[in-house]
Amino acid sequence: MEALKNISNTEIVISIKDLYKSFGELHVLRGVDLEIFKGENVAVLGKSGTGKSVLIKIITGLLRPDTGEVKVLGQEVAHLKGKELDVLRLRIGFSFQSSALYDSMNIRQNLEFPLVMNKKDLGKAEIKTAVEEVLEAVGLSDKLNQMPSDLSGGQRKRIGIARTLILKPEIMLYDEPTSGLDPITSMEINELIAEVQQKYNTSSIIITHDLTCAKVTANRVAMLLDGKFLKVGPFKEVFSDSDKRIQSFYNYNFTE
Amino acid sequence: MDFFILNTFNKLRLADSIQRKKYVISKGIDPFFSNVFRAYKFVVLYFKEVFKAPFHFREVINQCFEVGLRSLSLITLTGFVTGIVFTKQSRPSLEVFGASSWLPSLISIALVRALGSLVTALICAGKVGSSIGAELGSMRVTEQIDAMEVSAINPFKYLVVTRVTATTLTVPILSLYCGFVGLLGSYLNVHTHEDTSFVAFFENGFETITFLDVFTSVFKSIVFGFTIGIIGCYKGFNATQGTRGVGRAANEAVVLSMFFVFVEEIVIVQVSNWIRNY
Ligand SMILES: Nc1ncnc2c1ncn2[C@@H]1O[C@H](COP(=O)(O)OP(=O)(O)OP(=O)(O)O)[C@@H](O)[C@H]1O
Ligand SMILES: [Mg+2]
Repeated sequence: MEALKNISNTEIVISIKDLYKSFGELHVLRGVDLEIFKGENVAVLGKSGTGKSVLIKIITGLLRPDTGEVKVLGQEVAHLKGKELDVLRLRIGFSFQSSALYDSMNIRQNLEFPLVMNKKDLGKAEIKTAVEEVLEAVGLSDKLNQMPSDLSGGQRKRIGIARTLILKPEIMLYDEPTSGLDPITSMEINELIAEVQQKYNTSSIIITHDLTCAKVTANRVAMLLDGKFLKVGPFKEVFSDSDKRIQSFYNYNFTE
Repeated sequence: MDFFILNTFNKLRLADSIQRKKYVISKGIDPFFSNVFRAYKFVVLYFKEVFKAPFHFREVINQCFEVGLRSLSLITLTGFVTGIVFTKQSRPSLEVFGASSWLPSLISIALVRALGSLVTALICAGKVGSSIGAELGSMRVTEQIDAMEVSAINPFKYLVVTRVTATTLTVPILSLYCGFVGLLGSYLNVHTHEDTSFVAFFENGFETITFLDVFTSVFKSIVFGFTIGIIGCYKGFNATQGTRGVGRAANEAVVLSMFFVFVEEIVIVQVSNWIRNY
């Protein structure tokens, strides 16, 4: 794989300041700060249940923060409603941990759906080309007419990514793109993520437990621990830190 | 204002989960009121959204077919059997008075005023209400509804408004159909006993039916259809806790919509009787 390109851009696309979020007594996020630059991939690492999914759901406005500021592409997400929020959401791709394919539709309809519903001016032929293009990108061109239930977990995940790519988002949020996949398929997805970054110049947040994924896809990694980011920086720098919790995360990943 | 009330309830519940003390009324009753309030908001949102573009006509039509296809065979069977059995059981009582020639009008009144719409509503509550609850419930717990939302598609509009509109439009049609099939069943029974002709049977039957009867019946079915759709959607849309939640959503949708159908039946019949006697 090509070496990760250096990000010298200083344009901030996502900026999170002092974010708090709790569910009842459960205080999930406690003072999260993070900035993502244009064209940059950032991997968010952290144990299960630390609130990684909650964090990106707040970024797309699926959940509302208790306090703190979340600005995406210059707009404060919590202040947006209706049309404005929709316009912003079209610029963000969200690939779900569970793939979340529409199981009443076949693969073609799944991929068409966001386009048909949002870009009314597109013709049949254009939609068809767009579908073929993203299917090609995730390497599943032969599955066009199958139902999601006929696919394996990894294939569903790739279709989920394709469905978000079809709207050509400026920001991609991947929720555990490689979890539960074999190393080879994982590597293919990693390559896909890197390719998306190169090709469309997207900025991404990649949530993962998988250090290989973080290492090969991300320009920086961010360790989420006890509700805030313990350390953010290039992979090598973060894992050369002597903090026990970071070291144990690293060792656990590679000694298993 | 609405938001304020809901927020107050939520805050108090939150405060309560920390201190285990403060409730507006009591631990059992508070969630009931906040649920009623949420259901009320859900209904209001439907009326807000239903007249706003985009309309998703194609999906409404799809859902109408779904509703029809899911319940048609059962409605045909039940309506037909109801017609036969009801006729059969009513004959002896009428014969005592030598009035078996009144059978067609008796049956028509029963079917048009009450049985057609009630039987249809109960069948649809069972078949359609549960499947809407289960379908939306599983879409909720597998994050398909969230997936729509993040791709800027309004899931309430695409899923809820279309389904509720479809049941509201389709249940009245199914009710009329049910009444008609019931009359056919009744005719079969009458014909074998009294050798009445088809035309005579229907002429006789329709003579006693007034415009108000038909109007009330159709109005009732519209209300039933709306009830079944909105309850199924509400339960499904708000499903939680994984697959168990899906089963529960389907189940509660059936029970609750049947309950409401009965309540509405009684209220509407009362009101129409007042109008009749006015
Ligand atoms: N809608 C919600 N209501 C209540 N609690 C929630 C909700 N969403 C998440 N939580 C809780 O917040 C915590 C963090 O959840 P989250 O899904 O973000 O974890 P995660 O870091 O993504 O874990 P994993 O790696 O297993 O996906 C969990 O304890 C979860 O139970
Ligand atoms: Mg998660």
